[in-house]
Amino acid sequence: MSSEYDVTETLDVKGLSCPMPIVKTKQAIDDLEEGAVLEVVATDSGSVSDVQGWAEGTDGVTLLEQVEGEDRYTHYVEKTA
Amino acid sequence: MSTDNHPASAGETDPAELQALRERVEDLEASLADLEDDGEKKMTIVATKGTLDMAYPPLILGSTAAAFGWDVVVFHTFWGLDILHEEKSRELKLSAVGNPSMPMPNAVAALPGMDAMATKMMEKKIDANGTATVEELIDLSLETGVDLQACQMTVELMEYDEDDFYDGVTTGVGAATALQHMAESDVQLLV
Repeated sequence: MSSEYDVTETLDVKGLSCPMPIVKTKQAIDDLEEGAVLEVVATDSGSVSDVQGWAEGTDGVTLLEQVEGEDRYTHYVEKTA
Repeated sequence: MSTDNHPASAGETDPAELQALRERVEDLEASLADLEDDGEKKMTIVATKGTLDMAYPPLILGSTAAAFGWDVVVFHTFWGLDILHEEKSRELKLSAVGNPSMPMPNAVAALPGMDAMATKMMEKKIDANGTATVEELIDLSLETGVDLQACQMTVELMEYDEDDFYDGVTTGVGAATALQHMAESDVQLLV
């Protein structure tokens, strides 16, 4: 599925499980500029709830969308500050 | 009736009392500002166990909390020190005995070699599941700013050397340091 967002960077965390998708997402976001959109591609089904929780509990990020495919979970996170 | 009609009431206020009130307001405003600045969450975990299964929860929660931007301290004491011990951390074992989830009775689990077998099985599962190793999680924790502390008293008790631990581990700390961080923490856990 193609995204409607202007993706700045894609982070591949396929095959990694908790807590790696979150920790790597955080590290990738830290390296981006304000306004950038990070696409996170994961295979860990727990990442759906975890990315939501992380985005809600973290200042300066907004979860734009989560796309659930077959064994594939793609998250779009914007760096807002 | 408006207070403007009573100009005398302001004049009657004792200047010393007024000054004391002003100072009090200033103090309160200052302490309020301190509270507002301290928006960062804190977590303290005390890690006391050195088995493979017990090494994971503090490392996973610690590194995840760091991803939330929290100020995290993991205080390692007794067998928890083995998690920080460069050599021992790579050889952490799973105990086959006393674990009702093991697919064998305790009498069998107590036989020689059973802990090693259980450990090998778990390591295979960890690898197949894409779960990070203890070493990877330690590197990640240190990289993301988690303060991994080694309790000085137990370092000496276990006859470990500071050089045995991973670079970046905080040594020379005791219960008072841990308590101080705990008192300021939003989350405190004993593992």
